[in-house]
Amino acid sequence: MSEDVSNQHSAQDSSHDGEFERRPVPGRALLGLKSFVGMYAGEHCAGTELMIGILFVAAGVSAFDVVVGLIVGNLLAVLSWLVLTAPIATRARLTLYFQLEKICGRRLVTLYNLANGVMFCFLAGAMITVSATAVGVLVRFPMPSLNDVRPNSTGWVLAVLGVGAVISVVAAYGYKTVSRVANIAAPWMVLVFLAFGVVALRQFIVATDAQIRSPADLWHLASTVIWRGGEPLPGKVKFTFCHVMFFAWFCNMAMHVGMADLSVLRYARKSWYAVASSAGMYVGHFMAWLSASMLFAFQLYQAGLDNDAAVRAAAEAGTLPSPLPGPLAYGACGIAGLICVVVAGWTTANPTIYRAGLAFQAIVPNRSRFAITLLTGGIATVAAMFPALAMKLLEFVALYGLILMPMGAVIFIDFWVFDRLGLRRDYAERAGISFNWAAGLAWFGTLAFCLALVYLGPTIDWLEARGVLSLSASTKALLDRFHIQIYFVSLPGWFVAAVLYIVASKLYQRKTTATTPAVSTAD
Amino acid sequence: MTTRRLFQIVSWLALAGTILPSVAFLAGSVGLPSVQWTMLAATVVWFAATPLWMGRERGAAE
Repeated sequence: MSEDVSNQHSAQDSSHDGEFERRPVPGRALLGLKSFVGMYAGEHCAGTELMIGILFVAAGVSAFDVVVGLIVGNLLAVLSWLVLTAPIATRARLTLYFQLEKICGRRLVTLYNLANGVMFCFLAGAMITVSATAVGVLVRFPMPSLNDVRPNSTGWVLAVLGVGAVISVVAAYGYKTVSRVANIAAPWMVLVFLAFGVVALRQFIVATDAQIRSPADLWHLASTVIWRGGEPLPGKVKFTFCHVMFFAWFCNMAMHVGMADLSVLRYARKSWYAVASSAGMYVGHFMAWLSASMLFAFQLYQAGLDNDAAVRAAAEAGTLPSPLPGPLAYGACGIAGLICVVVAGWTTANPTIYRAGLAFQAIVPNRSRFAITLLTGGIATVAAMFPALAMKLLEFVALYGLILMPMGAVIFIDFWVFDRLGLRRDYAERAGISFNWAAGLAWFGTLAFCLALVYLGPTIDWLEARGVLSLSASTKALLDRFHIQIYFVSLPGWFVAAVLYIVASKLYQRKTTATTPAVSTAD
Repeated sequence: MTTRRLFQIVSWLALAGTILPSVAFLAGSVGLPSVQWTMLAATVVWFAATPLWMGRERGAAE
């Protein structure tokens, strides 16, 4: 079922087979709702889900915040697919890249490809890290801990190197085989994820001697023991309801608000088929995250870290348990759990490396795809050696969405608003230009604005701590008022991108229309 | 009954073998080692039986 979409998707990814790559998908190739349900459920039950659930607990979430925050945040994500992506996808029926090329021009799309490829590399790196934690169960070597930034042992480096090499070679040679394995593994993997949560729940019940006779008893256990809230682990940001909600909404921002799923949903017979994304959200980003978080919560409980004072003491003594999916999964479900960690990381890292390779190949089309995919896998493997990538996965995922989001705003405004404002849609194609500066300004300007809001304050603090800079208290207070954490900045960022694109296009189209003859005026 | 249907039934049983042991563990009926071994057996059966029908055209496994 899900193969239909993924095969079509990989077909459009390929730059050589040319299947509807530069033309709308015809009616005969459209797919039904079932195809999208399977695809979304499989795609969003990945190795990284294990890490994200664990990091929620490390961020000190409470039961209400994590459960209700995920319900609301995932609903907002589904609505974003439904309201923003699908209506354009089912009207234009073009790939993201072709749609962007018409608006932005080939050179700006090349830059977008580069950004996309780099982000895919790091994402694949995090998946390799997750898989490598499973190796540590079978072969004894020092594993990374929560706040490790650099590789902490030769054994860890060799484990990542081994896993990364296998994944990269397979991605370069046999993408289709892995795609098939991923489809076969998906239903089994979903149930193993569920089993993680069920086993952890029983372990909590036994360890606390709780009597569960009603939903109220279960909620009491969840809110006082499993997700008890309190302080985050040292070095982590405290997650509130808003953090969880915005994270769940924006963790796939590149796909919905950023419009990457135009390439997928263009095959949908009806726009409302985007509701299929709820299968991915509530299986992968609700059930799987909660299950994984319960595994780590139980590890902390078992170690006696059931209050803030104990956590602080353990942190000072350096005895905090490491949040590693491999050992946690093995403890709950044995070898089947371990296989799940490897398969979840492998089957999702593989297409990610493959797509990163395609994005890079678009920049250097004369190089062989095999060599570029191997090189991409090599970069992802080196990135995976640094545990900071996985341990700071929440921040990275938020950054990933932020970087690609402005182009989604550009597409949305171009498609729905430009005609009403008397501006010309698909301007790069019509004016025959290879770099639409209005879209470029919207992208770079939005990123500069958002990153300044996120990082200016911490950067000034860092400079002040080293005596490089000294600001008055009133200036610092002013800067602090504008500081926004990375989880929240994308929402105002979308409106900044939209306004920048409209204003810049007003100026740019007037200027270039006066100097450049239009190449095409086809509507 | 076709061979394809037989493989499908085996796969469904393997899926049941993947999740039901943990439910039995939750109910206090079995111990964790039994859960882990049953899940491993179900995993082996799933990956052995499912490729024989999933993603193949009807008739290929008949």
